[in-house]
Amino acid sequence: MNPDVSVNIGGIRMKNPVMTASGTFGYGPEYAELVDLNQLGAIVVKGICLNPTKGNPTPRTAEVASGLLNAIGLPGPGVDGFVSEYMPFLRNYDVPVIVNIWGKTVEEYAEVAARFDAVPGIAGLEVNVSCPNIKEGSALFGTDIRMFERVVKEIRKATKLPLMPKLAPNVSDIAEYARCAEACGADAISLINSFPAMGVDLKTRKPVLANKTGGLTGPAIKPIALRLVWLAAKAVKIPVVGMGGITTAEDALEFLMVGASAVAVGTASFTTPDTALRVAQGIRDFMAREGLSSLSHWVGTLKA
Amino acid sequence: MNLEHAIVIDHQPIQGGYNLLHMRAPAVAPKVKPGQFIHVKVPHLEECVLRRPFSVFRADGDTLAILYKDVGKGTHTLRYLKAGESLSILGPLGHGFPAPQTGRYPVIVAGGYGMAALYLTARTSPVKGVAFFGGRAAKDILCVSDFEALGWTVHVTTEDGSLGRRGIVTDALDAWWKAEGAGRAPELFVCGPGGMLKAVAARALQQGWPAWTSMDNNMGCGVGACLTCVLKVKDGDGWTWARACREGPVFDARDVVWEELA
Repeated sequence: MNPDVSVNIGGIRMKNPVMTASGTFGYGPEYAELVDLNQLGAIVVKGICLNPTKGNPTPRTAEVASGLLNAIGLPGPGVDGFVSEYMPFLRNYDVPVIVNIWGKTVEEYAEVAARFDAVPGIAGLEVNVSCPNIKEGSALFGTDIRMFERVVKEIRKATKLPLMPKLAPNVSDIAEYARCAEACGADAISLINSFPAMGVDLKTRKPVLANKTGGLTGPAIKPIALRLVWLAAKAVKIPVVGMGGITTAEDALEFLMVGASAVAVGTASFTTPDTALRVAQGIRDFMAREGLSSLSHWVGTLKA
Repeated sequence: MNLEHAIVIDHQPIQGGYNLLHMRAPAVAPKVKPGQFIHVKVPHLEECVLRRPFSVFRADGDTLAILYKDVGKGTHTLRYLKAGESLSILGPLGHGFPAPQTGRYPVIVAGGYGMAALYLTARTSPVKGVAFFGGRAAKDILCVSDFEALGWTVHVTTEDGSLGRRGIVTDALDAWWKAEGAGRAPELFVCGPGGMLKAVAARALQQGWPAWTSMDNNMGCGVGACLTCVLKVKDGDGWTWARACREGPVFDARDVVWEELA
């Protein structure tokens, strides 16, 4: 049996349900020597705002038990830099390119979205409203429901591309944000972004990150992510992309079972670059073993 | 760059907490150029999500060796790896040392196990030059005979005077330049702790010597995606970030913004 693992995430057609998580796979070329990009469900590139940005000072990451703290601060080439430096490369591949966008103001978000609307070869936009490492804007948009509503509405007006807001995990009612995104015209939602966290050094009495605090990713946050994805998926009809610590096909199958229609591999790509491909293959193997002809027979089948 | 499961051929402590790990890595080893590194997933350390970068010490046919010091959780666990076991390695990574320039006299300056990153440069250099090894004590001075066997002259300094000249490596470099520098046009190949790199780079810049410094920054993915290992390099009148794992680890000393280095 050759199980059908293709999915359609709000208009983005994917060969398999495994994409890369923004910020963990660069813009594509970084891993192209090691990973056949054509075999990915989708590539989600690192966050892009309007103009080039330098990001945070170093140290920017610190390893912790079963996870990674980061405060990279979204350095990037800006819209024009990304389009001229990376889109010619990405267009060579038969894989949906999802651009993660962010801004410091609602207007900037909308302008970035509008600019990408006119760029050939982009399959959709993921909206980063939840980066914990940017002083102005980003995190606030993800944890204040009125700000969240405003920004998603404005972006929706600015683009016809499939739109996927990425939810912050540190809110009291994730279902409220999921429903709000759906009501504002989002085509899908993704979650979770990294969880706000910190580490300190006993010798220097300083935080381990130059930014003082950062976001926690990796297997350490998987159970937190799983619960939030379950709650969000129950709240909406639009597809949910689940992520947070996914390292194995079993992890991905758990997210799919609680209601995610697709998943993203993040920190695990740092450990093993071809993790996303291994996870996709593991899902296929599992379905064949279990006699599941289509992924839809598995998604959301949690007995709870 | 390749991802492969290397097989440990031999793994021995050398001296003073330093270890030599020799592995068969047919996809990676033949591609290694001087100064490049491999990124190692330390076996039996599932709670660690990051690989550990190690400069390649030697590469011969389909085998390679790394030389490392037991300094943290990763290297502490790595120590227990036995011959026959496998480990996932990614490499070769980064831009290493360029081939020595014709007409210049190659000078290697190494602090501690920094010499490991410089052995392949010494071996492939058509001119056998002079090498300066510095360390805290005799136990920190490694592989002198390996470099001598290649025809290089090695000057040793230790901070406690337990081997070679007492002092730091730049003292020996300065003394050599004073005594034997006349008529020579040195080109420096440097690897070691940040403070040493900075001191050697300062001399090179002052004298107008070409100098190549291998930067030992904390690293994440190793391939340029995570942007953990960035350092400031000059860009016109300003600066820009460069990734130690991609644009480096070896940089032209003229490009590095040394004042920003801790």
